[in-house]
Amino acid sequence: MYVAVKGGERAIDNAHAWLASERRGDTALAELSIAQIREQLTLAVNRVMAEGSLYDPDLAALAIKQARGDLIEAIFLIRAYRTTLPRLGASVPVDTAKMAVVRRISATFKDLPGGQVLGPTFDYTHRLLDFKLAAECAPETPATAPPDPAAVPHVTDFLNRDGLIEVNPQSAAPPSDLTRAPMELPASRALRLQALTRGDEGFILSMAYSTQRGYGRTHAFVGELRIGLVAVEMEIPELGFAVQIGEVELTECDSVNQFKGSKTEPPQFTRGYGLVFGQTERKSIAMSLVDRSLRWAELGEENTGAPAQDEEFVLMHADNIQATGFLEHIKLPHYVDFQAELELVRKLRAEAYAQQEAAE
Amino acid sequence: MTDQAYNFAYLDEQTKRMIRRAILKGVAVPGYQVPFASREMPMPYGWGTGGVQLTAACLTPDDRLKVIDQGADDTTNAVSIRKFFQRVAGVAVTEATTEATLIQTRHRIPDTPLRVGQILVYQVPIPEPLRFLEPREAETRKMHELEDYGLMHVKLYEDIARHGQIATAYAYPVKVEGRYVMDPSPIPKFDNPKLSGSPALQLFGAGREQRIYALPPFTHVVSLDFEDHPFVASKADHACDLCAATDSYLDEVIIDDDGGRMFVCSDTDYCGGRRAAGYVGRLGGQA
Repeated sequence: MYVAVKGGERAIDNAHAWLASERRGDTALAELSIAQIREQLTLAVNRVMAEGSLYDPDLAALAIKQARGDLIEAIFLIRAYRTTLPRLGASVPVDTAKMAVVRRISATFKDLPGGQVLGPTFDYTHRLLDFKLAAECAPETPATAPPDPAAVPHVTDFLNRDGLIEVNPQSAAPPSDLTRAPMELPASRALRLQALTRGDEGFILSMAYSTQRGYGRTHAFVGELRIGLVAVEMEIPELGFAVQIGEVELTECDSVNQFKGSKTEPPQFTRGYGLVFGQTERKSIAMSLVDRSLRWAELGEENTGAPAQDEEFVLMHADNIQATGFLEHIKLPHYVDFQAELELVRKLRAEAYAQQEAAE
Repeated sequence: MTDQAYNFAYLDEQTKRMIRRAILKGVAVPGYQVPFASREMPMPYGWGTGGVQLTAACLTPDDRLKVIDQGADDTTNAVSIRKFFQRVAGVAVTEATTEATLIQTRHRIPDTPLRVGQILVYQVPIPEPLRFLEPREAETRKMHELEDYGLMHVKLYEDIARHGQIATAYAYPVKVEGRYVMDPSPIPKFDNPKLSGSPALQLFGAGREQRIYALPPFTHVVSLDFEDHPFVASKADHACDLCAATDSYLDEVIIDDDGGRMFVCSDTDYCGGRRAAGYVGRLGGQA
């Protein structure tokens, strides 16, 4: 006798318990602490904060631990938590020119005011497995220099002085908020940048890469890439002025792109912009390329039909939480629909056979 | 027992208000897809986040909630969503369609007729009935605006030309009050007639796609067809092997290695109710 699949509730409880025990792994080994993840898997923490749209290294580290290192799952945990947080207000726009840079490079000028600061980068490491790390050895103490309190001006501002690069479009209108209003298409640049900065790193990377390989080519240079802490300030109504309430680490990329000019504009360089939480330079550079690519209409460029020029395509598919949810939901039961299809296919086949037989 | 760390039914009151506004607009314009600022929920997109947000916005402490997936109360995702609302809203739950004040469903309309005062919340993956004919949202919104549904009729016609019939078995498109073409969510077309003239309020939520739409009670809903190829609500041509019902939607279950199969009601509450009333199907007597 057939017994309908009962016991979903018990199966779920047992699965959760098993998952928790798998997450912990071998209990003979010390458990990872949140502080260890935060300090030693910092770039994973940064990615979770950036795509989770919540700047909190401890919560991101907790999410990574809970997600067993699955970063998209960790991002999802952060997003779901973020939903429950009240919105207290908006900060004053952060001033990245006043960033305390730990890294600042320009690919377009050999030297420039503020200097090239290589910082803690993988760029010139040889990718050889360091077997010493397997034996837990302490790293050498890095050389230090006194911090330079001078502001570090943006490279693109130098180009701007000669009119060689477009002026950043200014707007006094408050930007729309992707997390508080449904996506509107066509989207403003502010909305596009919001979607890109929290979009999936892999997706944004591949979109940017496709423009470099010729699908909507924009000939980008990294005008400047900077990483460091910036102050977050908020207007306090009772005080009447802005006070610093904290600081966040950001990666900012200004890409400089060729522009042949159009009917209305003489040839000049144009900008692509990337700004991402934490030390996330791959994402930030990719974001600036995709931003620039999506600006084709505003700059009067030709739409070549490249995926990275297609706003709806890029914006509607950049979010990995939406993507992974919809992708994975096909493992949920679909037997009602499948049954309906089954009946249809049987009927169509029966009719096809009947026709064949009638013909013979 | 309610989890005190969260607001009643998880969402904060401002968010519920935003969703209720979208619901009211949807009720005022039946079949029209209302954009809403969908929130990230603690279950993945694709698991029913749109339905969960509608349920959260509609629940009151006096409600009695029923959750079904594939017609059944005991499928894993139905269990999970029901548990979620027991935890964050502490509402009473039931498996009986007649006792529920709010029913959240995935892929089915209960076989027991609904009544005035009930709310049926559907989980919707792709709310746009024109999506697979035109992938661009900007375009499809314009098509709805202009009531430009020619493309849909051409698709249905091509089905008939190729297969001799309309080859859509579920998520079969409908027209609401002679105006909007609407996706009824992936319910089998067997359920389509129940959409029309229902005494219950029907709400549709698509979380990932950020859309809500509605059918107020007693709305006229027509499944798209042609005069010479009228719509037929089809199901497996059997009776339920447990309760002998001939009017319910059936699941086909493989029972042995030799291709043996049985057909049982997909609506577990309907089937259980009939068996309790003494109806016995072909295999229902064995135990």
